[in-house]
Amino acid sequence: MARKIDVVFSELEPGLALRKALGMGQDEIIKIVTDSNLRGRGGAGFPTGLKWKFARANMLARPGNDACFICNADEGEPGTFKDKKILEQRTAKVVEGMVIGARAVGATRGFLYLRGEYDYMRPLITQKIEELRNLGLLGDNICDSKGFCFDFELRLGSGAYVCGEETALMESLEGRRGEPRNKPPFPVEHGFLGMPTVVNNVETLAFIPHIILNGSDWFRQIGTAVSTGSKLFSVSGDCAKPGIYEFEYGVTIRQLLREVEADGDTKAVQIGGASGFCASADDFDKHLAFEGIPTGGSIIILNKSRSMFKMLKNFVMFFQEESCGQCTPCRAGCSRMPEGILKFEAGNGNSRTITDLLELADTMSLASKCGFGQSVPNSFRTIVSKFRDEILSA
Amino acid sequence: MLRESLLMKIEELERKHGDGREALLPVLQGLQREYGFIGEEVVNEVARKFSLSQTEVFSVASFYHFLNLQKRGRFVIRICRTISCDLKDKDKVQRALEAELGIKLGETTSDGRYSLDYANCMGMCDQGPSMMVNEDLYAGLTPSKAVDIVRGYR
Amino acid sequence: MLHVTINGIDHEAPEGMTILELCRREGIHVPTLCDHPDLRTKGICRICVVEVKGSKTLQASCSTPLVEGMEVMTTGDKVRRTRKTVVELLLANHYTDCTVCPKNLSCELQSLANEYGLTELRWKERRERIIPRDLSSPVFVRDNNKCILCQRCIRACQDLQGVGALANLWKGDRTIIGSAFNKPISEIVCINCGQCVAHCPTGALHERYSVEEVWKAIDEPGKVVAIQTAPAIRAALGEEFGYPPGTRVTGKMVTALRMMGFDYVFDTQFTADLTILEEAHELLARLKGALVEGKSTNLPMTTSCSPGWIKFQEHFFPELLPNVSTCKSPQQMFGALLKTYWADRMKLKAQDIYCASVMPCTAKKFEAGRPEMGRDGIQDVDFALTTRELAAMIKQAGIDLKSLPDSEFDSPLGESTGAATIFAATGGVMEAALRSAWEIITGREVPFEHLDITPLRGFEGVREAALTITGVKPEFSWLEGVTLKVLIAHGTANAKTVMEAVKAGTLAPHFIEIMTCPGGCLGGGGQPLPITPEKREARARAIYAEDSGFKIRKSHENAAVMKLYADFLGAPNSHKAHELLHTKYTPRGRY
Repeated sequence: MARKIDVVFSELEPGLALRKALGMGQDEIIKIVTDSNLRGRGGAGFPTGLKWKFARANMLARPGNDACFICNADEGEPGTFKDKKILEQRTAKVVEGMVIGARAVGATRGFLYLRGEYDYMRPLITQKIEELRNLGLLGDNICDSKGFCFDFELRLGSGAYVCGEETALMESLEGRRGEPRNKPPFPVEHGFLGMPTVVNNVETLAFIPHIILNGSDWFRQIGTAVSTGSKLFSVSGDCAKPGIYEFEYGVTIRQLLREVEADGDTKAVQIGGASGFCASADDFDKHLAFEGIPTGGSIIILNKSRSMFKMLKNFVMFFQEESCGQCTPCRAGCSRMPEGILKFEAGNGNSRTITDLLELADTMSLASKCGFGQSVPNSFRTIVSKFRDEILSA
Repeated sequence: MLRESLLMKIEELERKHGDGREALLPVLQGLQREYGFIGEEVVNEVARKFSLSQTEVFSVASFYHFLNLQKRGRFVIRICRTISCDLKDKDKVQRALEAELGIKLGETTSDGRYSLDYANCMGMCDQGPSMMVNEDLYAGLTPSKAVDIVRGYR
Repeated sequence: MLHVTINGIDHEAPEGMTILELCRREGIHVPTLCDHPDLRTKGICRICVVEVKGSKTLQASCSTPLVEGMEVMTTGDKVRRTRKTVVELLLANHYTDCTVCPKNLSCELQSLANEYGLTELRWKERRERIIPRDLSSPVFVRDNNKCILCQRCIRACQDLQGVGALANLWKGDRTIIGSAFNKPISEIVCINCGQCVAHCPTGALHERYSVEEVWKAIDEPGKVVAIQTAPAIRAALGEEFGYPPGTRVTGKMVTALRMMGFDYVFDTQFTADLTILEEAHELLARLKGALVEGKSTNLPMTTSCSPGWIKFQEHFFPELLPNVSTCKSPQQMFGALLKTYWADRMKLKAQDIYCASVMPCTAKKFEAGRPEMGRDGIQDVDFALTTRELAAMIKQAGIDLKSLPDSEFDSPLGESTGAATIFAATGGVMEAALRSAWEIITGREVPFEHLDITPLRGFEGVREAALTITGVKPEFSWLEGVTLKVLIAHGTANAKTVMEAVKAGTLAPHFIEIMTCPGGCLGGGGQPLPITPEKREARARAIYAEDSGFKIRKSHENAAVMKLYADFLGAPNSHKAHELLHTKYTPRGRY
């Protein structure tokens, strides 16, 4: 049974981990993070240590030896609000994670890219960052070191979901439309203004100070062998106690539902937001982990009174507007999805419609340029496979 | 608006964010904060500053839902349309506000006071439905609460 | 060297090569839409996807570099079905009126629909135009209902031309290509170069056709219709009739034009030679002013024959307009002379003459309509056709170009030299000018074998050369020992870089040739489609071969031009020449 624990929101003296990290070599920092097996909490799950290692190698190979470190706070996946709360309550950990990361990869420039919808948090975060700067944890000669300088700019998005995709985010930072780039080259090689660039999610960075202080063995004891550590879940929908929960990786959906007091009539759980997977009662004993159901942490609970069609419709209408619009499968697919789905509401959808939509979904997943388009069909596929009759009779 | 003051504002923003292309978005955001929208004069002056064409600047601005290329109401009300708020009856809140203001989503009242729009997730999924009025955030709405809040903006 | 396999067959490829490049090298067909050899890779149409072993998703071959050991499949059910769905999605959103579409049979989307054997569309089709066509411009028509958002026009406009008139606007399913505030073409900063048209795979962008008006003019009783053809046409027109690129069809073209009913078939090359004389003397005057009299005479002087460049300069560098030669372009010099000099000789009234032109260019349509290009309310050039429009007219007339005998241009406005032919290629105006200027100054031929000033040739975006002048004639003693610095740029993005350097004072040649389009006029926006670097090279070879075939290869040896000076104009840059052959420009600004 996975434990409910409290790492991310626990108290931690600002600077403690950073000072320890500054006493270590860059390779040593990267080794600890690599050994911890920390993987990205934003959803894709790329090993953080490996990302840093690549970026550092590319930085050293590059004339000028510069690199960029970005905190991705463009938390846009519907139903996710954990990063917002981390930034509100544990700003220092995130910033410290960034500074340690910047130290490790050799970054001199950085950004915290906050989604535009969180504009209301800007004054608070700005003030907290300023406090850390005053404590000498950010800026020139950090922690009285001789010559370690790193600072970052707080940037706001402006209402474009796709900017959460790391290359779209960098395009946005460069003053362009948030249209994802071709990969390769990956950001660790050619990122912001061509610099080797690390993009890490808020939650991922919040774990860094703990890993530095407690070591990789400590982190590996939490969670499962493949998915080490813990994960924040943003829970909303039909339950008595919505909110943010931290669990070891490997927690089952059922355990989570009990914890949040979903009152036994849960029909479905949408995991990972609009681009995620829909779980029905048959799935509730599955584990939330990279080897089970991987997720960025959005958990939306629907009870038996809810219409699965309505949720599906909400998602496809969302994607129709939020596709960046550059590649054919995603742009056209995202506009044809609602066309097909609305047929059910109008009474002229049938199983042929579902077949056509599934083939469209395959093309979107196989041929879209970026992870956005590739993952758009996930919710449709899982909803339609588990609640086919409900969709057909919408 | 006066060209002089616009140029001064752009310069002020450039001092803060830099004069490279990578400062384009914060400059546009700053100008919208100042003027409420990004009109043709603003697009032109920004384009001139960054050595871009008018169309290149417009292209960037039009990508971002929160950048208004047309004049909007003094108070822009954005209702969260994301699924969690949707499950918590955001439709009722939307209908109440549409009735109160006499406009549909996407429109502006004839006196130029209010614009009604949607937003995606504002991170209040556990307290929905939610909305923003300019930069102020409100959660746990009911139709009547939402109407009362909006009436407070005069 | 990388070792990879494609469809199970081993290949070696250099580091950095993409899957698509290797497939092309090996003759393996992979369909493409957004990819174009002139343009930077975008990877957005997704029609070129292939299967790469070990990858869950398909990869766009245009944007995926090869890596050691890569195993690629360009066929198979997954690839074929995916490509077919992509074509289907594009078609469903594309207003399809193929039979009456100007791109019928030359549309790349149509070919793909054919290639993938689509027999029905599963999605709601765009059965009518939901966006009105933009008919505001005298040069272009834009039909966004046919746009497939491949962004080739955007990249041509921004990257090749440095203009940025077009961009993708909005996002999601609302994404369209257009201009700021949805302005019509007539209201935006556009130089009319037509590179967007030349790179558009569908009927979303095309020139505004003058074909019907020209047929009408030909049939109009009491009117004389004369046509002039630009140098670049003869090296490209054949492509529309199945000749390989680089085939010269000069004589057949002349025959065809006569058969179509044009009363006189003339050659713009006549006024190209004239341009050289006017421009060379203008340059000498400016040089003398600067070197002898110490005056500011607006050096470097830039050429003025490319109307896209003129409008570019009016928008982007209005402060440098005094540097532009005041010479009209050959098209406009021709029109002016046709309706004065020639009309007098033929005892015709200007209003009874129509002047049509065939140009490799879309900007010539705008130039012909400039208010300053005429007198007494009569425009010098009435209709400017593109090479493509001429091809369409030849076909409409039922003429089989291939079977035609050759014939000669009419005299005297049809006489020209090799120097005029090379106007079609980037560097050609400079070469022609130097052939004459050198001889005017020194009395000897330019010191290059066979008059081929090879350092000026080629396709490098910006090219510089320097020539030290020695052994001058007495009246040019002030030029003895002077090193004449010249510069050539083509594609206005390159021109922009050059002009910025000129403005900053970091670049100070004496004479600059600018051609709007990549490759010069032979790569013009009005030339046969599709445009590729190979075609430009083939056309350039044809142009230089045509030059070599001329007995006379120096503009100042054009006897008809010399006679024109003797009988009518007096001398180069004379008052009369200024009145008819020179012009003024309009500062327009960029915003």
